[in-house]
Amino acid sequence: MSITLSEKDNGYMEGFSRFEKTAPGSNLGWLKSIREHAITKFSELGFPTPRDEDWRFTNVAPIARSSFHIPLNGIDQVSAADLTPFQFEGQQISELVFINGHYSAELSTHCTLPEGVIVLNLAEAINSQEDILKENLAKYADFENEAFTALNTAFMEDGGFIYIPKGTVVEEPIHLLYISTAGDKPSITNPRNLIIVEDNCEANIIEQYVSLDENIYLSNVVTEMVVGENSSVGHYLIELESKKAFNISTLRVQQARSSNMRSYSVLLGGSLVRNNIHPVLAGEGCNSLINGLYMSTHRQHMDNYMKIEHVSPHCDSRQLYNGVLDGRSRGVFHGRIIVHKDAQKTDAKQTNRNLLLSDYAQVDTKPQLEIYADDVKCTHGATIGQIDENALFYLRSRGISKEASRDIILNAFTNETLESMTVDSVKKYCTNLVADWFRQREQTLKS
Amino acid sequence: MLEIKNLHVSVEDQEILKGLNLTVNAGEVHSIMGPNGSGKSTLALVLAGRESYKVTKGEIIFEGKDLLELSPEDRAREGIFLAFQYPVEIPGVANTYLLREALNSIRKYRGEEPLKHVEFGRLAKEKMKVMGISDNLLKRAVNEGFSGGEKKRNEIFQMQILQPKLAIMDETDSGLDIDALKIVANGVNALRSPERAFIVITHYQRILDYIVPDFVHVLVDGKIVKSGGKELALELEDKGYGWLEEEKIAANN
Repeated sequence: MSITLSEKDNGYMEGFSRFEKTAPGSNLGWLKSIREHAITKFSELGFPTPRDEDWRFTNVAPIARSSFHIPLNGIDQVSAADLTPFQFEGQQISELVFINGHYSAELSTHCTLPEGVIVLNLAEAINSQEDILKENLAKYADFENEAFTALNTAFMEDGGFIYIPKGTVVEEPIHLLYISTAGDKPSITNPRNLIIVEDNCEANIIEQYVSLDENIYLSNVVTEMVVGENSSVGHYLIELESKKAFNISTLRVQQARSSNMRSYSVLLGGSLVRNNIHPVLAGEGCNSLINGLYMSTHRQHMDNYMKIEHVSPHCDSRQLYNGVLDGRSRGVFHGRIIVHKDAQKTDAKQTNRNLLLSDYAQVDTKPQLEIYADDVKCTHGATIGQIDENALFYLRSRGISKEASRDIILNAFTNETLESMTVDSVKKYCTNLVADWFRQREQTLKS
Repeated sequence: MLEIKNLHVSVEDQEILKGLNLTVNAGEVHSIMGPNGSGKSTLALVLAGRESYKVTKGEIIFEGKDLLELSPEDRAREGIFLAFQYPVEIPGVANTYLLREALNSIRKYRGEEPLKHVEFGRLAKEKMKVMGISDNLLKRAVNEGFSGGEKKRNEIFQMQILQPKLAIMDETDSGLDIDALKIVANGVNALRSPERAFIVITHYQRILDYIVPDFVHVLVDGKIVKSGGKELALELEDKGYGWLEEEKIAANN
């Protein structure tokens, strides 16, 4: 029988007590205590409201009001051909496929990877990689204070587990593909990813959330990524949820000395989307690049919440988030930079640019710098505007048509956040997604 | 080639050009000089088709066509080129990309095949040499982070690639040091031909030592108040614009 979660009649607690009996690893004391701790925290915290400063611009009442069931395996409904539109061109890569939050062995691909690299689903890793999990799982993402993280932690059952041992270069990217086929009752999944990259490694990981139909569901994702000393890691989040879906996603990165992390978020789907990116630059001399592109239309709501924590000296962080907003959609960019007292010589830069394509679209952008060190460089800038008429005229005066000039300017704007992507196949995939978005818009305007 | 008759132009309900007449024939170089606010840049932007400048009276005929009926892009395709006083920065669009798109749009309009990458590369290389444009500048985003001199040289470089019939230069010389000015002038002189005409809008006489005009016109308060040969420019350099403004006031009284 499926489990239903709702705020009514203590439904989350009730659901949890049934869930934890059969959840993967229910026999492991340490895991049981994390889950129980998390559900307690969740019931204390409750869903956030706009009175909460971190949620001022995003009202999750539609989520709080809903009653979600935890879906059972829905694997039989999906075939390999259904995956093709969400795969990247070029050679086959390692790909873990999840249907409604559950791992599908038949649909997943395991390529030969360098010695010692482990790519598994979490439910399986709970059995076979207990030591690594015990040391890392729920050690970074803050379920004490963040309600959605607490909810995920209480109900986590599956997700991606990636372990890359010291000194390993993984040439091909690793893809975690989450597919929803939700069915007619609103459902909830709590994908939980754990990515451990030891010292002197290189890797690229892609998380992608897609839907095969237009149903209502909540993807409540938490990813913890640990980046070892001198390692270089790229993380890509591609969000293409259904038009009615909710996606709350939290990426928590822990960076060791001289590590290099590049995070890219491309948000296109969903009705209510919240993208939390929280790197902690814990070791000296780290670099973080945090880029994002959000494109919304109709009544979509896309909230980007950045929390960049500089803990150690000589670290650089660069944020560039661009938004394209059409229809009656709403975008939010909340960029927090926290420079702790020992983080001297921090160099942090934040840029948020927004292009409004409609008179009814709206953006709230809010920088928030908290600086406790005295020798730092922090800059932030935000713009909200329409297409630059001067640039448009300049291009037209060179003989380029009005439509083509517009496209050139729009593409340049979206490309700004994507161009530094190092995995070419993924960059191309994202560029095509953006082109499709503009094409659909053109068609809507014509009809 | 170009005939401007009794042109009146307003910007935000303020009349800037108040009955301007000008005829430019193929092969000629016309210089338009005048004090700040006399309407020089307005004239340049109206010719290029800037929509916020409203033509309230008069006409502009270019090669027998009513220019005011044409969109900015069609004017460019018909052979008009404006070197901007303040070239616009376009982040994310490579200089070379803009040029190839522009050239191929113009070629398509004329029923010509688009230029292949290799051919375009060869053309660009040749012109880069003339204008002292580096590979780096070609690859960078249009005008982004360019120095003042680089922006102006880039405008003339574009002019060299697009080979217009009528080139309008809006204070291309302003703010240039003498070396940059010589490069710009060389670029322009290399394009001079019996089929091509130039309108050189300038505040200073200096550039006319290098680009020698056939005619000099003085624009004051939205009208051409005096026309002459190249010696008029020297006279202006000597005496300033004050005497012409006074003459105009006297004439109006």
